[in-house]
Amino acid sequence: MTDQKKVVEILLNMAKVLEENKEFLTDLDNVIGDGDHGINMARGFAEVEKQAEGLEQKDIGNILKTVGMTLVSKVGGSSGPLYGTAFMKAGMTIGAKNEIDMADFLGALEVGIEGVKARGKSTTGEKTMLDAMVPALDAMKEQQAAGADAKQVLEAGVQAAEAGVEATKPMVATKGRASYLGERSVGHQDPGATSFTLMLKEIAKAY
Amino acid sequence: MKKLINSVETVEDEMIQGLVKAYPQYLKKIDGHNVVVRAKKKEGKVALISGGGSGHEPAHAGYVGEGMLDAAVAGAVYTSPASDAILEGIKAIATDAGVLMVIKNYTGDVMNFEMAAEMAEMEGINVKQVVVNDDVAVKDSLYTVGRRGVAGTVFVHKIAGALAETGASLDEVQAVAQKVIDNVRTMGAATLPSTIPASGKPGFELAEDEMEVGIGIHGEPGTHREKMMTANEITDHLLEKILADIDYSGSEVAVMVNGSGSTPLMELYIINNRVADVLAEKGIKVVKTFVGEYMTSIDMAGFSISVLKLDDQLKELLNAKADTPAMKA
Repeated sequence: MTDQKKVVEILLNMAKVLEENKEFLTDLDNVIGDGDHGINMARGFAEVEKQAEGLEQKDIGNILKTVGMTLVSKVGGSSGPLYGTAFMKAGMTIGAKNEIDMADFLGALEVGIEGVKARGKSTTGEKTMLDAMVPALDAMKEQQAAGADAKQVLEAGVQAAEAGVEATKPMVATKGRASYLGERSVGHQDPGATSFTLMLKEIAKAY
Repeated sequence: MKKLINSVETVEDEMIQGLVKAYPQYLKKIDGHNVVVRAKKKEGKVALISGGGSGHEPAHAGYVGEGMLDAAVAGAVYTSPASDAILEGIKAIATDAGVLMVIKNYTGDVMNFEMAAEMAEMEGINVKQVVVNDDVAVKDSLYTVGRRGVAGTVFVHKIAGALAETGASLDEVQAVAQKVIDNVRTMGAATLPSTIPASGKPGFELAEDEMEVGIGIHGEPGTHREKMMTANEITDHLLEKILADIDYSGSEVAVMVNGSGSTPLMELYIINNRVADVLAEKGIKVVKTFVGEYMTSIDMAGFSISVLKLDDQLKELLNAKADTPAMKA
């Protein structure tokens, strides 16, 4: 089981890893986008970090909703509304719980990913964050169904997300700013899929 | 990076404050947000709001004033503003006649403006929108996000703003904005990339003898790269794409030769010299030309050409009075 304290701890670790990878993500975005993904993710999670002190007192649903609202209202760009929507939907799914298990997490992630699809009018195969999110979720659900423990489930998720990032390289982007490049987007990994994988890794590290 | 800034974190704030201090007779800033509204709100007319990432100055805040916009929202450099700032802008300018949002077609801009509109509607404000997609460099298809909105957006501000000033309804103002979008096409090229202050590095690299064709306004690379051409050659290339996209034959047009930030007027005039000759040769009558910086990309060197096909209504509104920091008519 995971309590509020651990959720906040993971969020702070995400903030740290996004700050550390600010330049890396921005460089990826420079090649096929407009070069602000790392800057925006770091800026958004820095805002989350500012609110961390009050967060632990909230239930887990509210923690995630607060993170989502912060990303939606403070970041802008497309990563703000997309990740923000994912966190808000996940928070609404979890609701007023002070502890969650793997089934809660996967259920919330699934609803969050559906939110990203709807908000971005996108699906897999379009060279976006969904190309890491969806395979990661599928792999985790499979492991969970097979009775694996949290660590195994999350590790399978990370592996699938990493493979998903790799799979974005040969894709032609059809959504987001990389789509303007058409065929020239081929050969480069998607920054959004990469940032999701970094965040999922922080969750896996906590188990 | 060599920029006249104080810190990368304060670029947008200080830029907006400096703009408002330069034009207090036109502009004021909303507290807590980089949202610029008219110094004196005009009631009883449809209010126009636009915005987007910073780095495109004078777009969009420079077009706030009589005959054009009522509010402009400035996000971080090259990043769509967040929905809460857009909502504050909508609330500040909303009248009983309603609010029209002029959005450039980028995933982030469309998402954030639409979320702000949803929230404004919950507060009882009537909001409609148009999405500008004038860039012919990008293939338009059902399976992609479609064309980008670039410099042609300024024509939308001018013409829809002029109609709004007459007291026209929200539907009428939206319809004329859409008419401009349907009749304007733009394409650009760059000779040097731009550098986002927070990243400190150029958005792409170009060899001394190369240029990026089909460039966007966010330093995102263009559709392809070619060997450096003469002004006439690249102008011909861009015009060819623009003129192939809609039928301009025999019509009257307005032309905008827009500088990206680091291209001198000298070169823009050389480009316009060719544009005017080519259009004249084809029997297309230019009734109004704009040469200058209307929608820049920080310090990118390059330019775009926009051609707007006019009818009597669009021509009259294009020539109607406008009094804003960046455009007067």
